[in-house]
Amino acid sequence: MAQVTMTVNGKAATGDIEGRTLLSAFLRETLNLTGTHVGCDTSQCGACVVHVDGEAVKACTILAAEAAGTEVTTIEGMANADGSLNVIQQAFQDHHGLQCGFCTPGMVMSAAALLKENPKPSEAEVRDYLEGNICRCTGYHNIVKAIMAASGQDVAAVAAE
Amino acid sequence: MPKDGGIGASSKRREDVRFLTGAGNYTDDINIRGQAHVFFLRSDVAHGTLNAVNTAAAEAMPGVVKVFTGADFEAVGGMPCGWQVTDKHGEPMQEPRHPILAHGKVRHVGEPIAAVVADTLEQARDAAEAIEVDITELPAVIDMKAAVASDDVKVHDDLTSNLCYDWGFVEENKAATDEAFEKAAHVTTLELVNNRLVANPMEPRVAVGDYARGTQDHTLYTTSQNPHVIRLLMGAFVLGIPEHKLRVVAPDVGGGFGTKIFHYQEEAFVTFAAKACNRPVKWTSSRSEAFMSDAHGRDHVTKIELALDAEHNFTAVRTETFANMGAYLSTFAPSIPTWLHGTLMAGNYKTPLIYVNVKAVFTNTVPVDAYRGAGRPEATFQLERVIDKAARELGVDPVDLRRQNFITEFPYATPVAVEYDTGDYHATMDKVLALSDRDGFAARRKESEAKGKLRGFGINCFIEACGIAPSNLVGQLGARAGLYESATVRVNATGGLVVMTGSHSHGQGHETSFAQVVADMIGIDENMIEIVHGDTANTPMGMGTYGSRSIAVGGSAMVRATEKIIAKAKKIASHLLEASESDIELKDGAFSVAGTDKSVAWGDVTLAAYVPHNYPLEDIEPGLEETAFYDPSNFTYPAGAYTCEVEVDPATGEVSIERFASADDFGNVINPMIVEGQVHGGIAQGIGQALLENCTYDENGQLLSASYMDYAMPRADNLPEMTHYVVDHSCQTPCTHNPLGVKGCGEAGAIGSPPTVINAIIDALQSGGHKVDHLDMPATPARVWAAMQG
Repeated sequence: MAQVTMTVNGKAATGDIEGRTLLSAFLRETLNLTGTHVGCDTSQCGACVVHVDGEAVKACTILAAEAAGTEVTTIEGMANADGSLNVIQQAFQDHHGLQCGFCTPGMVMSAAALLKENPKPSEAEVRDYLEGNICRCTGYHNIVKAIMAASGQDVAAVAAE
Repeated sequence: MPKDGGIGASSKRREDVRFLTGAGNYTDDINIRGQAHVFFLRSDVAHGTLNAVNTAAAEAMPGVVKVFTGADFEAVGGMPCGWQVTDKHGEPMQEPRHPILAHGKVRHVGEPIAAVVADTLEQARDAAEAIEVDITELPAVIDMKAAVASDDVKVHDDLTSNLCYDWGFVEENKAATDEAFEKAAHVTTLELVNNRLVANPMEPRVAVGDYARGTQDHTLYTTSQNPHVIRLLMGAFVLGIPEHKLRVVAPDVGGGFGTKIFHYQEEAFVTFAAKACNRPVKWTSSRSEAFMSDAHGRDHVTKIELALDAEHNFTAVRTETFANMGAYLSTFAPSIPTWLHGTLMAGNYKTPLIYVNVKAVFTNTVPVDAYRGAGRPEATFQLERVIDKAARELGVDPVDLRRQNFITEFPYATPVAVEYDTGDYHATMDKVLALSDRDGFAARRKESEAKGKLRGFGINCFIEACGIAPSNLVGQLGARAGLYESATVRVNATGGLVVMTGSHSHGQGHETSFAQVVADMIGIDENMIEIVHGDTANTPMGMGTYGSRSIAVGGSAMVRATEKIIAKAKKIASHLLEASESDIELKDGAFSVAGTDKSVAWGDVTLAAYVPHNYPLEDIEPGLEETAFYDPSNFTYPAGAYTCEVEVDPATGEVSIERFASADDFGNVINPMIVEGQVHGGIAQGIGQALLENCTYDENGQLLSASYMDYAMPRADNLPEMTHYVVDHSCQTPCTHNPLGVKGCGEAGAIGSPPTVINAIIDALQSGGHKVDHLDMPATPARVWAAMQG
């Protein structure tokens, strides 16, 4: 067992873990931040995407020990300071960009990372960026719409319906 | 004008807030103080004699609580099958014993052999590696036709063959159907495969067993679409626990698509082990485990023949299907290729004679059961593919051939035992052709050809039987359960309501749409209504969510219970208003006396019910809580027409979907936003089946597609862009036999889209001069390219 310390959602977080503990497990099991989900074991589904020092990272692809000393943001840290949904979260609700909710935390974290590097992505760019996030419920249609709406684009003008 | 609340409004989903903030409560989020973890050691061979399982070394490993093998479960029941099909000779299907842990033999890769319970998952996994398993590997049988042709390899030694049943439907029609084929002016024949799929809800299955020694109460937390069904099956047939000592909780569930209907060994195991170890026991499936332990879907091999007269009227349909059951019978497996498939073979057409033969086969593969659509996509695919092929052979427009044979008068009794109550197939066809701009297709094809691409237009119609099901009917057909639904409506003293439903929401948004219905009935704000589901301790016995049944059956139960509430509330109001009960009207949350300005608010009536100082106690009881069980009198029959345009790159065989349009008739719609989301999701799964997904075994029974590296899930860039993608539900012929006039929308997209896509690809290839009249799914670039080479 070894002690690891990082900043998670703005607060210092410390835990005693085995060396093989993944960041996803550290967040879920040690810190009880169960919003980060694990949907596969081959780093394909993206349900576990978090931000590590501002970069989108699949939390199942790195060891917790590797994240020592970093600033980690999870879905629990994404709402506005007053607890209301942030602009991306609100767009997901407004455009029905989620159904069962399991892939949703990873989708929101990926969307935030995308909009940070590309504030007005085209539809093709959004779809391309979501290559590493699998959703089984929505068919992605409304997720793409929500992300474009969150970027301030008029999705009603884009969508045929 | 869009409504801003109640039935027909696109109310935003209340459940979204918790899911968007990481505050959901999925089963894997549940950790009980003192819990141990289980790891299942699973067979890595498809077929073998299990000589010995030596657990001594594993038991000595750090943290190990107990190691279980098949011998530990000899005293309990096997996994039950919920549907008994009777074969064409009137004999019951062959039904093998299905143990919780393998005993004597292993029959598919992934079958659990032993289970290690340890303090941590890592310790359990480490200890499992120390278990010595002595297996004599046997030849495996994977191909269904080979399994039936020879008994050299039998999946179950104690059964007479690998044939579960040989079903004929309707057997009395067989001779007349054969005769119609002899007289036919034209017969179109098609042999096809409906590819094996894995449902893949994003949340893997999880089960946590808990046992209270003091009260001897068992609790199972599980990723289920139907907790009451699990409680009944596991309690009564597997572990012998009466329902009053067993609570099953399915909290937030991350998608189901059918594969979370069934009762699985892991649920029984953790419930059993929690008592045996006197500790809570938790199992969380990895995705790799899910691929080899979740029930798979589809996997039919079919020959279909369509007979037409000289005027192109359909005169008969005849099919022979081999349906894979896998190594054991999953909970509802026998019903899928029979009663959910054969009964749909009329489709949207007035074919007078139909005969369906289905041979259900045991193979050394994971059990196969319902996956979104369940039997109906298989029926639709073969019927709509053979019609398209017939149109090409006859040189007629595939739209015209369909229209000519549409059923136009309702109710309509098909020759395959169901009666459609309503529908308007020309309306959905008209709508989808308008939405898809079929008239502009020729110009678009030219543009594609100028780019060196082949462009095709695909059309497809479908019908489903949803809202399952009338209990007395399904009982006659072999169901070992009723298929009603339930709701308890509890009105609180200050006017808020709690609706406890037997339906279960795992993405469908019931917490929002069910509240819309009750709000509409009473005339109050949706936020005064809470929808509770998923816990056998606080919901009435219900059958859960699958088969697009929730609003049609569960919603109807809720309406009936709310009607009882309103009837009683009117009695109370009539007392308070000193008026005749027959004069009391409920509108906008207030009771008034007809023709007067006297009224009393909803909240005053509910308060009177619980503080009955001024109350007709001699006539009615205090309180305001009612339960209803609703048993439907018929299935519902959603139907639709879909179109798709594809571009095929002749150099690579790659297919891209350029346009997609759907026109569905779901009857009345409660929340259009949610309905459209359901259709989007269904279409994505159907496009996945058509272009990407394939569950594959090698000849030894090794599963070749056991991770997302090998099983191609649809991703955001595999699906049509927004600009040329429309889902429409404006054609509405309300269901005539349920109170909301609803039909259900959950499976339509997955049923309607696969043949649409394949029809479009065939049209594209034909336009390039390639004489390809069928492609099996998934139409991967390799398959399409190979077909083009002849």
